[in-house]
Amino acid sequence: MTAQVRQSGFESRIPNPESRAPRPEPRVAGPGAREIVLRRGADLAFQVLALFVLVVALASLATLIWDIVADGAGTVSWNFITSFSSRRASQAGIWHALTGSIFVIIVTASIAVPIGVAAAIYLEEYGGRSIAARLIELNITNLAAVPSIIYGLLGLGLFVRMMGMGRSVLAGASTLALLVLPVVILSTREALRAVPKTLREGSYALGATKWQTIWHQVLPVAAPGILTGLILALSRAIGETAPLITIGAVTFVTFAPDSIWSPFTVLPIQIFNWVSRPQVEFHANAAAGILVLVALLLSMNAAAIWLRDRYQKRGIS
Amino acid sequence: MSTASRPLSSLGELATTRKTVEGPDGPSKIDVESMNFYYGEKRALQDISIRIKPHVVTAFIGPSGCGKSTFLRTLNRMNDIIPGTRVEGRIQIDNVDIYKSGMDVVHLRRRVGMVFQKSNPFPKSIFENIAYGLRINGMAGNKAELAARIEESLRQAALWDEVKDRLQESALALSGGQQQRLCIARALAVRPDIILMDEPASALDPIATQRIEELVYDLKKAYTIVIVTHNMQQAARVSDHTAFFWLGRLVEYDRTEKIFTAPAEKLTEDYVTGRFG
Repeated sequence: MTAQVRQSGFESRIPNPESRAPRPEPRVAGPGAREIVLRRGADLAFQVLALFVLVVALASLATLIWDIVADGAGTVSWNFITSFSSRRASQAGIWHALTGSIFVIIVTASIAVPIGVAAAIYLEEYGGRSIAARLIELNITNLAAVPSIIYGLLGLGLFVRMMGMGRSVLAGASTLALLVLPVVILSTREALRAVPKTLREGSYALGATKWQTIWHQVLPVAAPGILTGLILALSRAIGETAPLITIGAVTFVTFAPDSIWSPFTVLPIQIFNWVSRPQVEFHANAAAGILVLVALLLSMNAAAIWLRDRYQKRGIS
Repeated sequence: MSTASRPLSSLGELATTRKTVEGPDGPSKIDVESMNFYYGEKRALQDISIRIKPHVVTAFIGPSGCGKSTFLRTLNRMNDIIPGTRVEGRIQIDNVDIYKSGMDVVHLRRRVGMVFQKSNPFPKSIFENIAYGLRINGMAGNKAELAARIEESLRQAALWDEVKDRLQESALALSGGQQQRLCIARALAVRPDIILMDEPASALDPIATQRIEELVYDLKKAYTIVIVTHNMQQAARVSDHTAFFWLGRLVEYDRTEKIFTAPAEKLTEDYVTGRFG
């Protein structure tokens, strides 16, 4: 029997004379010329459409920036940045709002980042796949889509009234921290999930505990991704107005916040305040305020990119 | 009769006639008794009993999906990190049941090192790659001791001469073969007594493969090595004993030359002569 099998295996390598006979025409014809033209046409049409959409988006952005620069560039000066609010537009500055924004965002970050990253690590690495874990995951995803004013109301009830924080930097930052927490958790989980399994296995195989593996191997590799998520979250927080107005950030202050218990205002609120004044001079101030806010945002993003590149380089060289 | 149905019928005979797989004589390092392994509901390994000898190289061969890698990973409980897996039966290393309750998995994995199919150096410097295992196991000592330990393991892995001048450079800049030898050095640094290798050369070119094989041969003086391979020439070249797995069962286990020249089972013969797989 074995011999038979061997023989048949051998035979199969000998070219079958029949296979040299002319092959019948394939029954399924390739795409016809007409169809190819149609397909190319659809391809081109989609390209043109995509380009058009891109141009519209960029053009409106460029117009917006141009408009603001035209209105506000003349007003932005060192004096404008370092002056406090004033009833006279020419003397009004944004020092209080700029410091308020920076202060609030730093406190927000120091609340949201440790809690968010820790929660993500727990959910991703320790939480398992139980029904409770999935329910929590679903809730976090939903929380990320809740309108910010709702967080403002929560902050007003919880931090300002119940916990007696008053209308302070701490209350504002806590509210914003709640607001960005879901985004921080989701993006951190995403970054942790992207770490290759082989890396974890390599660490476990050397006798590392779970925590050692997470701390020494997973987190450094996930750091650039986590950082990108954090900066997106904080960029959202720095532009928020509604929740801070809700908890009672003051719209007219003439001092910079000096502790987490100080009353405060932030750039978007100051801009909103100026825009709603009837006097045209204040509108120029608003435009200048927007320029400062945009500059602040861009420098935050630049810092994040720089940090991320540094982390990535540490891995590679 | 077609060739495709032959192995199946052979297994039928095998399952009914075979009692145990008699391996080579001598004391054993790893002693596995009637072990079953499950991924969820699916049984991936069935009734495995094998005694692996100290200071020899044991090769696991068999077609893809036969369970040889899964079995290898039960020996240092690497499968524990996959949810839904379950082990039945008994696995002893040096007469200690490694699945008993209260077994320290961290300690086990330090003693039973592992090298993976795809080299997986940490994205750190060459120095840090080896220092990591020493540090987490509290074996780093002072600076001089650490450096000496790192040099020693790089020498054992035949990598020292190639990297001694660039220990602070990234491990990811090394070639594939060098990366795999770094992973071996990393495993050796924590002084295991068993080293599990899961197709360590499958992603390497022939020259790098040859270096790994020479290394395996050198290392067996000091370590017990279990190597999974789908390359039968490699199994024949590096191993002393060979175990043939098929569809989650251990079909035959014996001295390598016997497996390759006069196997007891028809199925083994068919596999090693390249009839299937």
